[in-house]
Amino acid sequence: MSADVELDHVWIRFGPFVAVRDATLRIENGEFFSFLGPSGCGKTTILRTISGFLEPSQGTVRIGGQDMRGIGANRRPTALIFQNLALFPLMTVAENIAYGLRVRGVPRAEQRRKVDELLGLTALRDQGTKRIAELSGGQKQRVAIARALAVEPKVLLLDEPLSALDLKLRQHMRNELRAIQQRVGITFIYITHDQGEALTMSDRIAVMNAGMIEQVGDGQTVFDEPTTAFVASFVGENNPFQGKVVAAHDGRVTVDTPVGRLGGRNPRGLKLGDDAILFVRPDALRLGPGAGGDTLSAVVLNVAFEGTMSHVFLKGPTRKDIIITVGRGESQRLPEQGETASIHYGAAAGLALPAGRLASD
Amino acid sequence: MGQRRASPCPRAGSPVIESLVKGLLFAVPFVIVAVFWILAARERRAAADPSAKSFLERNGGVMAAFLIVAVGFWAIVMIVLPQLYMVDFSFHPKLPAKDYGGPEDHYTLASYRYFIYGSTEETDSYNIVHLRAFVLTIGASIGVTFFSFWFCYPLAYFMAQSAGPARLRMLMLLLILPFWVNEILRAFAMRIMLGTSGLINNLLVGLGVLAEPIDFLGLDIGMYTGLAYAYLLLMMFPLYNAIESLDRNQIEAARDLGAPWWHIHLNVVMPFAKPGIASGCTMVFMLSAGALAAPQILGGPNSLWFTPIVYDRFYQAFNWPQGSAYALILLLTCIVFVMAVMRVFKVNLGEITR
Ligand SMILES: Nc1ncnc2c1ncn2[C@@H]1O[C@H](COP(=O)(O)OP(=O)(O)O)[C@@H](O)[C@H]1O
Ligand SMILES: [Mg+2]
Repeated sequence: MSADVELDHVWIRFGPFVAVRDATLRIENGEFFSFLGPSGCGKTTILRTISGFLEPSQGTVRIGGQDMRGIGANRRPTALIFQNLALFPLMTVAENIAYGLRVRGVPRAEQRRKVDELLGLTALRDQGTKRIAELSGGQKQRVAIARALAVEPKVLLLDEPLSALDLKLRQHMRNELRAIQQRVGITFIYITHDQGEALTMSDRIAVMNAGMIEQVGDGQTVFDEPTTAFVASFVGENNPFQGKVVAAHDGRVTVDTPVGRLGGRNPRGLKLGDDAILFVRPDALRLGPGAGGDTLSAVVLNVAFEGTMSHVFLKGPTRKDIIITVGRGESQRLPEQGETASIHYGAAAGLALPAGRLASD
Repeated sequence: MGQRRASPCPRAGSPVIESLVKGLLFAVPFVIVAVFWILAARERRAAADPSAKSFLERNGGVMAAFLIVAVGFWAIVMIVLPQLYMVDFSFHPKLPAKDYGGPEDHYTLASYRYFIYGSTEETDSYNIVHLRAFVLTIGASIGVTFFSFWFCYPLAYFMAQSAGPARLRMLMLLLILPFWVNEILRAFAMRIMLGTSGLINNLLVGLGVLAEPIDFLGLDIGMYTGLAYAYLLLMMFPLYNAIESLDRNQIEAARDLGAPWWHIHLNVVMPFAKPGIASGCTMVFMLSAGALAAPQILGGPNSLWFTPIVYDRFYQAFNWPQGSAYALILLLTCIVFVMAVMRVFKVNLGEITR
């Protein structure tokens, strides 16, 4: 049976507060799908709605085509991994993993076999008799995954499971999670506020902001072809230049910004006079005057050498600095602090989007 | 007739030695405080760490002195010594006050013998009345504890895990406020409610639910209700505290893994709250078994709670040795029982103080 997860115009309200507004999307069977968004944007709320701890105020959640309304969390084909893992501290590792099986009345021998199999899958062999308190952070993580997989869910829901780990372990666990997903082949729905996690692991990503799903697409699409100002500024570093459209033709616009008239692509069909934000990625900006018209100049505030690359910070038109990333191999002369530098970018690097809220990081 | 089955216990020594012993007993607290003091002065938090400060240095001289004297005084003078006196008393015969320490005074098991056989001398027949009251008291206290637990657990769970802050505050107030009214007044109020012509019976008869009023008090229902109510908070708060510290996500995790609600309570919530459950049950059991007001005011005419019997030994029979012996028997039985139960449920004494 397929286990597509569908949200159909789902609204979730807490009293007058709207936590999720009009979410509609379809997650395919076997997909590694991420919800990416800043803290408080409603990611956990969506996950709890899919797992059955919350009912949508409006709209429908379907799993495998079946309407889930009225079906409690204990009867849905999903398993949730909590942000704080929520392992049972008084049980051993094996007892934790076996809990869901015990609830289902699975015979002991069968429980043991399954637990052994999962201990192997999650690289926890010989840890079965340990208490939870005796495990490291990464091991607890794996126990939580094994406990959830034991009940053979069709969909595994993960709520920022790596956020408590240190950086090294987090990066290691990313690969491990992805490998486990490919081995068990079930749908993973993953929540994170860390774009690196979302980009490296996911087949597709939904970017959320303030209860709204702003864009759904694979990592490359979301990164290269953001459709809203929020997505452009939240996924990856970006330089925004706000202004008004003064020319629009052939899929290109010119935006009049405080630092001059800048050109860019126009995928959203902006028209003359529209408020727009023109985005240029830091690695697409180059030092020195360009051949075409997309050149601006600004005062250099700081130059930060970071090994394989350097960051140049320039005084921007707004509070936010303009950032340029200069790769080590590029033969550009790094400017001095206080100098007024010219910068330019290639015609394809500018992207104009309708004005909207930016991610404030 | 009158022959002694048990051999007489050895007599206490001469009055001089007796007063010497009593004097020594009074010196004990000071000795203990001194010992505490020396221990405190020598104690290091970690022996391996030479820079660690001693108890005295850590707390400052005045504070340390206060702690040592307060704890020493409290533990020794308020608790241990009086109890030792009671133990000692229970092994003496009943005598006029002036004769204690005199030639008539000697160690004897008479009071204990009386509890079992109903006579200080004979062992032919059992003291049915007292033994029955004793067993009933223990049994009924167990019952009251069970009732109290099953009544409080759902409420404590609701308060700790489900109630919003406003409702929680209101429930807390509703629980605490009635206990501003003193115990005796509450017991009498309950008597008025439960009497044959009390509010509840009038209501039930008036509504036609009952043809005749039920004698709640005579059936001891009043007493059990009163007892359970009197120690409600002592069950409520340990349970509430224990359940409150359980991470809500654990309950949801169990639910997400498919557990029905009763399974979650039995296997996740209760094991976690075990120290609180043990603490609450122990207190309610101990206090019920030793309760005086509720049984006296709400007990039926033919109910015999054990504590009023103990009370009567002291004040009606003026038999302090017997009263002491009875009180000790009750205390020891309760302690042994509680220890045994905690053993069965694998709770250690340290845990329930958390
Ligand atoms: N039970 C609730 N009652 C009221 N507001 C809630 C509740 N749960 C979440 N919220 C609100 O909904 C918003 C989204 O929360 P959440 O889904 O936890 O965000 P995220 O997981 O993306 O950080 C937050 O503003 C939060 O305060
Ligand atoms: Mg969250």
